[in-house]
Amino acid sequence: MYRDFGTILIFALLGIVLVYVPLLIQRLVAPKNPTPDKLSTYECGEEPEGSAWVQFNIRFYVIALIFLIFDVEVVFLFPWAVVFDELGLLAFVEMAIFLSILIVGLAYVWKKKDLDWVKYRVKYGRGRYSGIIEEKPEGGTVGTS
Amino acid sequence: MIVDYLIDIIPFAADWPGLVFVSVVIFCAVPVFLFIAVYALVAIYGELKVSSFMQDKIGPMGQGVGLHAGKWGLLQPIADALKLILKEDIIPTTADRKLFILAPFIVFIGAFISMAALPFSQTIIVADMNIGIFYILAVSSLGVIGIILAGWSSNNKWSLYGAMRSAAQIVSYEIPAGLSIIGVVMITGTLSMQGIIEHQSGFVWGILPNWIIFQNPFTFLSFFLFFISGVAECNRTPFDIPEAESELVAGAFTEYSGMRYAFFFLSEYANMFVVSGVAAAAFLGGWRSPIPGVLDTPGWGIMWFIGKSMFLIFMMMWFRWTWPRLRVDQLMSVCWKGFIPIAFFNIFGIGIWKLLIG
Repeated sequence: MYRDFGTILIFALLGIVLVYVPLLIQRLVAPKNPTPDKLSTYECGEEPEGSAWVQFNIRFYVIALIFLIFDVEVVFLFPWAVVFDELGLLAFVEMAIFLSILIVGLAYVWKKKDLDWVKYRVKYGRGRYSGIIEEKPEGGTVGTS
Repeated sequence: MIVDYLIDIIPFAADWPGLVFVSVVIFCAVPVFLFIAVYALVAIYGELKVSSFMQDKIGPMGQGVGLHAGKWGLLQPIADALKLILKEDIIPTTADRKLFILAPFIVFIGAFISMAALPFSQTIIVADMNIGIFYILAVSSLGVIGIILAGWSSNNKWSLYGAMRSAAQIVSYEIPAGLSIIGVVMITGTLSMQGIIEHQSGFVWGILPNWIIFQNPFTFLSFFLFFISGVAECNRTPFDIPEAESELVAGAFTEYSGMRYAFFFLSEYANMFVVSGVAAAAFLGGWRSPIPGVLDTPGWGIMWFIGKSMFLIFMMMWFRWTWPRLRVDQLMSVCWKGFIPIAFFNIFGIGIWKLLIG
């Protein structure tokens, strides 16, 4: 056990050295002539406008949340998969129930259109989204999607 | 495995257990690094030549009397490496300096420590841990942290876009990849890389080698799921939206130059090898010969393993020059609406197949 993970630890430490040494060689052999223009942020030759640390699309957050749930689930599946042969039908049925709950979750997210990168329907479209405003049904209330 | 073997044959290992262990591991790690470096040079040259031939060009060639880039341009990757080490190292003044410097280390370590658990042959595997395949899946996602750090610390809009896209893509495609591997684990009943390959001996269906890909129709599908997800995890075309050259300059690595950039590049190639190696070990019999019983010695095992991995890497290059890039919404729907439902279907299929047929 300590041999397996000790090996990995030494690999990781050695990885640091193996990245550091070429950087050191580069520092010795490469030219060093910094100018303010050279050290400015690259923005296709323009003066960079403001900070790049800006607000970001909420989509990425949703994807991260869904990922978290499914990745934890994959971790739960691994021990089950190892002993699947010995446990047989009962384990299969149990895991089928567990997976079904998650698949219902996936179907829900899918139905809610959180898996779509671009939401084609918006409640109050403005600007370039004004053309894709959701049609009001005959009854008058706006749909839940 | 090879570490244990070397410790056993050193006569004074019992007196200095710690020291001997550390030096033996370093003795094993240096060849792994050299392997990555040499393989990267070969792969870069291969990529230049493959792309050229696919576009009906001849690629790098020696000019004149054949001295400039060597015969057939063989020295081209070495010239590239020399150029990168002679480049000025630029860190933008507005960047977050500490994180900027830290990022290539994390990306490279993620790729480097995954190599430790790859089974090159019956005897050559640096750390044959009992959770090998799980470990590789876990540490190969370390790279995401590095890419996010690189994108965030650069203080550059291209970098941030590239990093966010890259993270979304890598974490999304990790799920179908992990679920495909679960099918393999269900069949073999072990997480150890060597155990999985041990399981694939002999014949199946009369004439085919007993590789997991051939064992039932669901595993056949699983292989393609895993491999395509792997291509996406490496940010290779057609999944190269994170560093789409035509729109994001170089994605998360826009501000990097010289050796720092070279390490991202090297890690990308190392990750390609890790993905191909895991695919070869888990689905294509690893170091086993395509004709069971013929040339199945440890020496040939290295050839088979590297040959299978290189074939899969060639497939990645082939993809790159055949298919156009996916759009970002297509990329996400392929994963969440296509691959993940198919991966669940595969798990049920493999389970039922095992219960009914065995």
